[in-house]
Amino acid sequence: MKRILTTPSLRGRRPETISNTGARLLRCSLRSLLAMTVIFLASCSPADLNAPIPAFDTGIDPNIWTQVPAGEFHHGQFDEIASTEAYEIMVTDVTAAQYADFLNAALADGSVKMDGEKIVGFYPGDKFHGLKHEEKIEAGDWLFIPLDDPSQRIKFDGSTFSVQSGYENHPMTHVTWFGAWGYCRYFETRLPTELEWEKAARGTDERPFPWGDDIQRGNANFYSSRDPFEDMSTFGSRTSPVGFYNGQTYDGFQTVDSASPYGLYDMAGNVWQWTGDVYEGMHYRFMRGGSKDTYDMDLRIWVRNNATPTYFSPGVGFRCVRDE
Amino acid sequence: MQFIKTRFNYLFNSTKGLILVAIAMVGIVTAVWGMLSGPMAEMGVREIVIKAFGMKIVQAEREGRIVILYHSIAMAIIAIETYMVTGLIKMKAFYKTAINATITFGYIQTMVFGMGFAYFGRNWAFHGLYITGLSLIFFAGLMLIVALWPWDKEYFITDKEYAHTKSGLDLERTAFFATAVTTVISSLFGAVPGSYYGHGFETFLAENIIRIPEKTVMEFSVIGHLHIMLALIGIMITLIIGRWLNFKGILHKFAMPLMILGTIVLNLGVWGVVTPLEPVAHMVIYVGATPSMFAALLLLIWDWNKLIKDGTANIQKPTFGQKIGALLRDPLKFGPTWQMLFMNFTTSGIGIFMAIKLDEIFRVWPAREERIELTGHWHVLSAIIATIILLYFGDMNGFKGKLRQWYGWSIIIFSDIAFGAVTVFEMKRLFVTEAAQQPLVNGLMYAIDFGLGMLLVILAAMMIYRLIDLFKNKGRWIEELDHELAQEVDK
Repeated sequence: MKRILTTPSLRGRRPETISNTGARLLRCSLRSLLAMTVIFLASCSPADLNAPIPAFDTGIDPNIWTQVPAGEFHHGQFDEIASTEAYEIMVTDVTAAQYADFLNAALADGSVKMDGEKIVGFYPGDKFHGLKHEEKIEAGDWLFIPLDDPSQRIKFDGSTFSVQSGYENHPMTHVTWFGAWGYCRYFETRLPTELEWEKAARGTDERPFPWGDDIQRGNANFYSSRDPFEDMSTFGSRTSPVGFYNGQTYDGFQTVDSASPYGLYDMAGNVWQWTGDVYEGMHYRFMRGGSKDTYDMDLRIWVRNNATPTYFSPGVGFRCVRDE
Repeated sequence: MQFIKTRFNYLFNSTKGLILVAIAMVGIVTAVWGMLSGPMAEMGVREIVIKAFGMKIVQAEREGRIVILYHSIAMAIIAIETYMVTGLIKMKAFYKTAINATITFGYIQTMVFGMGFAYFGRNWAFHGLYITGLSLIFFAGLMLIVALWPWDKEYFITDKEYAHTKSGLDLERTAFFATAVTTVISSLFGAVPGSYYGHGFETFLAENIIRIPEKTVMEFSVIGHLHIMLALIGIMITLIIGRWLNFKGILHKFAMPLMILGTIVLNLGVWGVVTPLEPVAHMVIYVGATPSMFAALLLLIWDWNKLIKDGTANIQKPTFGQKIGALLRDPLKFGPTWQMLFMNFTTSGIGIFMAIKLDEIFRVWPAREERIELTGHWHVLSAIIATIILLYFGDMNGFKGKLRQWYGWSIIIFSDIAFGAVTVFEMKRLFVTEAAQQPLVNGLMYAIDFGLGMLLVILAAMMIYRLIDLFKNKGRWIEELDHELAQEVDK
C-alpha cells in the first residue's frame, strides 16, 4: 500500500527558503489584515445623529384610545388560552411631543426634577427577594430620561422642554421604564401588562403579527426595512412617525395598513414597548413588539425582550392603558 | 452501471468517501439555509430562496425549524468525527463497517427528513423518519463504545511514547472511549425533553430564556444538552487531531489523563444541572473544563514544537525567523492547533469575561444584546470546529505545494477575519452606543461576510474538484478507495 505524503519535507532545503516562506506568509497575512483594516476604517466614519429626517403627517391622532373587551385570547407562541379584564389602550405609542408636554407640566408641579443632565422622578420601589442576579429597586428618585445623550430628541432650554424638529410625532425614546411608568401614572393610567399588550396586538385569533400571518417591508419599521427614515450605509435605522404604516403612500413609499384587530398602530416594529409587570425575583422589565433595530422575527407578537428598568435606548418607547 | 457502482462504493464504503459525502451535505445545507437569515434576508435573497424551493415558512414554527436545522448539521459533523475515529483507531472490522453504515443512514435520514419536515410542510411521517435517523445515530454511538472498549487486552500498549497504565491500558483510547460514552449519555438529555414535545414541553431556544430565574427541569436538560454536545464535539476533534498528528511523548502522558478527567467531570457538572445540585453545577463545569482545555494546550505546545524541530532539523542554530518559517511552513498541520488557540480569543476568553462581568456589564444591556453574544459565541465555536475538519480534510485530499499553502492559509485567514469580526460585533456595546453603531456594524459585516463567503467559495471549489475527480477513471478517488486514515498518521 502506497503511503500518501501529506507534509512536504523540509529536510535538505536551504535555510533561506524556510525563512523566506515564513516571511512571505507573514507579509501575505499582514497585507490581508491591512486591506481589511482599510475597508473597516473607511466604513467607520461617525454616524450623523442629527441628519435631516423627512416629516410626514400620518393622520393618526396619538391622543386616541381604544377599547379592548374582557375575555379570553390566544397567548404566546403556542396559543395558550389566557384572559384579561376590559381596558382601554392608546392607539399609538406616546409621542415625543406628548412626553415634552408631560415634562413641562410635571417639572412645574414638582412631580419630576432635574438632577444635572437627567430628569428623575420618584418610584416607590419593589420587594426584594434576593434571588440570583436580582438587584434591589429601592424607593427613591430614579432616572426618567437623560438629557445629555446625543440622540435624545427632547431638548431643555433651561425653562421649557421641547422636541427636536421633525421628531414631534415620533415615539418617545430614550426613556427608562421609570420614565414610562411615571408618564402613565401622572395621567392616572398605567403601563400595560404583558398579557394586555399581547391581546391588544393580536385580538382573539392566532396571528403572529398584528395585521396577519406574514410580514412585508410595507408593514412595519424593522431592521433594513428600507423605509424613508433609514440609511443603512450611514446612520442606520431611525424611528418613523406613530401610525405611519396605515396604508398611505409617502413620497412614493407605499405602506400597508397594519393596524391590529383593535386598531392599534406600531404594535410591531418602530420601538420596543415597555410593559408594566414586575415579576417576583427579577428586577428586569419586559418589552414587546420589536423595533426598528431588530429583524422581523422579533416583531412576532409573543417575542419578549427585557432590560434593567434604568435602560434607555433610541429603540425603546411605550404606551399606556387605563381601566374601564 | 459499473461506473456508478464503483463511485457509490467509494462514496459510501471508504472512510474518505464517507467524509466527502458528509462535508458535501453540510456544505449544501449551509449554502441554502444560510441565505434565509442575516444579510441575505436584508437583501431579499431569502424570499427568492423560499419561493424557488417551495419552502413553507410558518412564523410560530421558527424555533422548531432552527432546532431541526442545528441537529441536521450537527449529526453530519458527528458522523464525520465518527468516520475519523473508526479510520484512526484500531477496532474490529465488523464494528467499523456496522458503525459507519448505521451512522451514515442515520445522519442522511435525519437531514433529509428533518429538513423536509421543518421547511417543506409538516409531514409527520417525515418527522418520524427524522427521529428514527437520530435513533440510528444513537445506536451507532453505542456500537462505537463497544468497539472502543479500552480494557480489551488486544488494544493494550507497551510503547513508552504513549500514555498508558502499568498494565498497558491505552489512555488515549480511553479518552476516545470516555468521550464516546459521555456523548451517548448526554444525547439523552436532549432526547428526554424531546419526547415530551406537545405534552408539557414546547420548543425554545436557550438564548431566549437566559434571564428567567425559574427554569423547568426540561429546560435545564436542554440547556445542558446543547452545551455539552458542542463541548464534546470539540473534545473529540481535539483527540482526532492529536491522533492524526501522532501526539506522543511526555506531554501526551500528561494530556491524556487530563482529557479523561476533564471530560468526565465536565459531563458530571452538566448532568448535575438537572438535579438538586444545580447551584454548584457551574463550579463543577469550570473544574471539568480546565483540564480539558489544558490538555488541548499541551497538544498545541507539542505540535508547534514538532513543526519547528522538523522544519529546522538540518539547521544547526536556527534563528527566530527560521523557527517561525518552519512553524508556518505547513498550514494544514499548523492550522488545527492555531484555530484551537484562536478559539480562546473568540469564545473561551469572551465567555470568561462575560461570566466575570455579567451583572456589571452584560446584564445591564437588554436581553437581545446578550442573545447576540451567546449566539455569536457558539456559532464561532461551531465554525472553528468546522475549519479544523476542513484543514484535516485538505490533508486527506493530498494537497501539496502551492495548493496546500493556498488552501490552508485561505481557511485560516478568512475564517479568523470573520470570527474576529464576529467577536467585535458581539462586544460592540462596550465601545459604541446603539445610535452611533451603524458605521461600525457595516464595517464588521463586510469583514464577516467576506470571511465566511470566501470560506464557502473554498469549500465549493473543493467540492467541484472532487466532483470532477469522480468522473475520472483514474481519479484520486481510486487511490482513496482502500486507503485508511491510520496509514496517514504522522510518523
